[in-house]
Amino acid sequence: MNMYNARDRGAARVEDPWYDTLASGSGEPDDTDSGTRRAGLPAAREVYTEVHGSAAFQEVRRRYRRFVFPAAAAFLLWYLAYVVAATTAPGLMARPVVGTLNVAMVAGLGQFATTFLLTWAYARHARLRRDRVALELRWVTQEMMRGRGR
Amino acid sequence: MTGDQRSLALLLFGVFVAATLGITTWAGRRRHRSPEEFYAGGRLFSPMENGFAIAGDYLSAASFLGVSGLIALFGYDGVLYCVGFFVAWLVVLLLVAELVRNCGRFTLADVPAARMRERPVRIAAGVSSVTVCVLYLVAQMVGAGSLVALLIGETGGRARAWTVIGVGTLMVVFVALGGMRATTWIQIVKAVLLMGGAIALTTLVLIRFRGDLDALLGTAARNSGHGVDFLAPGLTYGGGWTARLDFMSLGLALVLGTAGLPHILSRFYTVPTARAARRSVIWSIGLIGGFYLMTIVLGFGAAAVLGTDAVRASHAAGNTAVPLLALDLGGGAGSTGGTVLFAVVAAIAFATILAVVAGITLASSASVAHDLYGALSRRAGRTPRGEVVVARIAAVGIGAAAIGLGLLADDLNVAFLVGLAFAAAASANLPVLLYSLFWRRFTARGAVWSVYGGLLPAVVLVVLSPVVSGGPDAIFSGVDFHLFPLQNPGLVSVPLGFLAGWLGTVTSPAPADVPGHAAKHAETEVRALTGAGAA
Repeated sequence: MNMYNARDRGAARVEDPWYDTLASGSGEPDDTDSGTRRAGLPAAREVYTEVHGSAAFQEVRRRYRRFVFPAAAAFLLWYLAYVVAATTAPGLMARPVVGTLNVAMVAGLGQFATTFLLTWAYARHARLRRDRVALELRWVTQEMMRGRGR
Repeated sequence: MTGDQRSLALLLFGVFVAATLGITTWAGRRRHRSPEEFYAGGRLFSPMENGFAIAGDYLSAASFLGVSGLIALFGYDGVLYCVGFFVAWLVVLLLVAELVRNCGRFTLADVPAARMRERPVRIAAGVSSVTVCVLYLVAQMVGAGSLVALLIGETGGRARAWTVIGVGTLMVVFVALGGMRATTWIQIVKAVLLMGGAIALTTLVLIRFRGDLDALLGTAARNSGHGVDFLAPGLTYGGGWTARLDFMSLGLALVLGTAGLPHILSRFYTVPTARAARRSVIWSIGLIGGFYLMTIVLGFGAAAVLGTDAVRASHAAGNTAVPLLALDLGGGAGSTGGTVLFAVVAAIAFATILAVVAGITLASSASVAHDLYGALSRRAGRTPRGEVVVARIAAVGIGAAAIGLGLLADDLNVAFLVGLAFAAAASANLPVLLYSLFWRRFTARGAVWSVYGGLLPAVVLVVLSPVVSGGPDAIFSGVDFHLFPLQNPGLVSVPLGFLAGWLGTVTSPAPADVPGHAAKHAETEVRALTGAGAA
């Protein structure tokens, strides 16, 4: 934990994207005032662009998007289908399944089950397929920034 | 409520207030006056602590008493709320939590502002954050007033007014003196109490029915007076197409609004890394999911044990279902067990309201100080410490405004305010967040348009809706200017927010002509996914 912070502080001195929006409060359009303050910025920009183009980063990005976009589309569709069915087809939802359990109850509990399941799947995917590479890229980016920033 | 119950409930609540004030003093003693400390509590909370705090922030009295009451009155239709409130967390987990933690610093507006670096973007996002917070805050304050009046049994306006003033004053003290650290610990304590109370009551319900859920549902259906219809949707939303569309609108606002609530997003900044933010969301999903499952059992349990008519007789909207259920499960009116359980539930409900309003007040004061004051102040030489002073003053101001509005809005039906807060969050905050994080071409104009293009329709449509005018339950029942048939604007305003953001972007100069556009997008993506340079 402390290691993270120590490293972050170093990076933050070089490039702090929130700082100029804060400093721009002094009234002038952003460029005059923060232009000097952002002397190190072109270097930082190069670093980010370079990392963004690297194969390792594109792989992390692809893995993330390939998981979350289909997963988000799937659960949103499943939820909307559930809401639409509940409001427009109460007859179907009232059909009994077992005992007092009807389709509506099963679908509602199914929503809970799929949410828990997807949470687990996402956590597992992120832990196994993304975290390590992302952390390495973080250090690489910050090292590069330190190399060029001063 | 009898005298014994009242004094016991007040005693328990007094203990909670004393404990939270103790926490505030302890947190305020650390004399760090940095924004890092005030807005983000030092960023060193563990995922488990933050997970409990998120659950504490999210689970309001509306969930604990309101939703279970809805289930007790209308059966399955109340379950739809639980599902919407819960599934929404997948949007937070998959698309928002980690990326926001990496790209932002203190507030929601930090995320688009870090990419666009233009003042109008920050101001727009700040305005919509404050609007959403104030709507939510007033709903909670009014809810607090009527709830306390209900539980203490003083229906007079005086008890209600003093409750609103008392709750408002306490929340200002917590936030202004303790900042995020105190607020977080209050949320954690409250979440533990709330989960404990829900687990205890659920266990008692299950014991009453010997663990047979089938018997529980069967009895609930029998005692509801609706038979098997009670276990299927349609008792409230089965009417005409207006009622159906209205529920779809609410459902959309619920599932997309959570990811745009400023007080939820600012919780991710209290942990050190994106990975910790992810793990805190996983904790909170476990807690919130468990809580809503228990709410379903408690709602049907109240219908089964008490009967729907008894619940409705006590309070027309069913808010007293769970306290009455506690009284019955503890042994009935007059018994010691019943008295204790009722008082405990009442005290938990107070604690819940207090914690939620503190969280929202903190988020809105952060937005005022960090986003609006930061962007609008023309004074040179502003310091981070000065910003914290502004935030503390803003907390006092927002608290005073919330007390005032809460007193004015005394008799209003507040359910629509919560729905409106979610709808505004979904239509104004979510589009700008998602576009900033995922769309390469997105521009500053798109950001500003998407915020106002979602916020204005949401607010205007509510003003033109039947909750404001036209009906017997409307705010202005004498006049009729309702042009929009639905109570919740989400179905229209959420697509409008996304559309406006798209429109603003495609009418901007092509990104190839703007120097640095691609680099800023590359920076946002690298920072979002790796955490490089994160605060």
